[in-house]
Amino acid sequence: MLIAQDHNGRGPEAPKPRISALDVFLAFTQISLSGFGGVLFWARHVLVERRRWLSEREFVELLALGQILPGPNVFNLGLMLGYRHAGYPGAFASIAGFMGWPFLIVIGIGMLYVRYEHLPIVQHGLSGMSAAAVGLLIANGLKMASILPRHWRPWLFTLLAFAGVGVLRWPLIGVLGVLAPFGIAAAWRAGR
Amino acid sequence: MDRSDLVALFLHFLMLSAMAVGGTQTVMPDMHRYVVDVHHWITTRQFADAYALAQAAPGPNVMYVTLIGWQVAGWTGAIATTIALVIPPTIFTLLFMRLSARNPDAPFGRALRRGLAPVAIGLTLASAWILVRSVNHDWHGYLITVLAVAIVLRTRVNPLWLIAAGTVAGMAGLV
Repeated sequence: MLIAQDHNGRGPEAPKPRISALDVFLAFTQISLSGFGGVLFWARHVLVERRRWLSEREFVELLALGQILPGPNVFNLGLMLGYRHAGYPGAFASIAGFMGWPFLIVIGIGMLYVRYEHLPIVQHGLSGMSAAAVGLLIANGLKMASILPRHWRPWLFTLLAFAGVGVLRWPLIGVLGVLAPFGIAAAWRAGR
Repeated sequence: MDRSDLVALFLHFLMLSAMAVGGTQTVMPDMHRYVVDVHHWITTRQFADAYALAQAAPGPNVMYVTLIGWQVAGWTGAIATTIALVIPPTIFTLLFMRLSARNPDAPFGRALRRGLAPVAIGLTLASAWILVRSVNHDWHGYLITVLAVAIVLRTRVNPLWLIAAGTVAGMAGLV
């Protein structure tokens, strides 16, 4: 290790690594193809530990930004990183690396699915797989909920969003159109 | 499915992608409503299978969107939903990079984050609720789901093992 790191994991005067669009493409190919069951773990592993393009803090900050913007957070992180280092070609290289291979893979899986879905053993296997996959999603939601403060107001918004879209099956655009402005206004007032 | 259906599918997914603050799982209930409940293009079972398969495959979990498009309308459907998924975040993120990036901790940005987070969490749980009800038909399925939740929350085991274990349990006739 050549560069000593301070408490923030940022080297003193660490030179900005020279990263080309091709490098971005290869890094996000690596992240994407490693990402069985989710890519976030691999994004941090590749960008912070293996390639050292980002410090721990930079990674968390970019991820938080990616979270506010619409769309998948690692996808947005790739766009920001690619654009920062290699302009528009870098941004598009991250999309190609991140989405291109999985696109072909899931369609291959879809073809197998159509061919074999009628077999009882495949149907049973898929039922078990779905039951476990939805468990991962619930756990994800619960982990996210652990960041909410112990105050009734945010939980009320969580409950209303859940009930409106999940239980009553109302269209998202209406529910979000009502809840988002009130939620932002409430957070704005609480923060002042 | 004719051409106007394909355009409608593309536009609806484009709109949802633009609203997907907090991740694409937050708009999944509305995708389900649109392709299963409103248009009956695929069954709720196919929808849930697409989600599970995309979780198991390498790559981001959002690839279920591609798989749903593929189930609805083959290659053109897959390309339509994937492009619809990619365009809005690309525009918003690059616009954001160009315009701001100077002061990400401004009070309004903070209010935006804090105000939208509870809504995003509620929407994620709504997605889980809809899937849980479409995939599980008896207590065996619910048991697998509950075990998966508990193991993810309590241990650091790679989630892929849980998906594999669920699949094997299903094939063994437990679901």
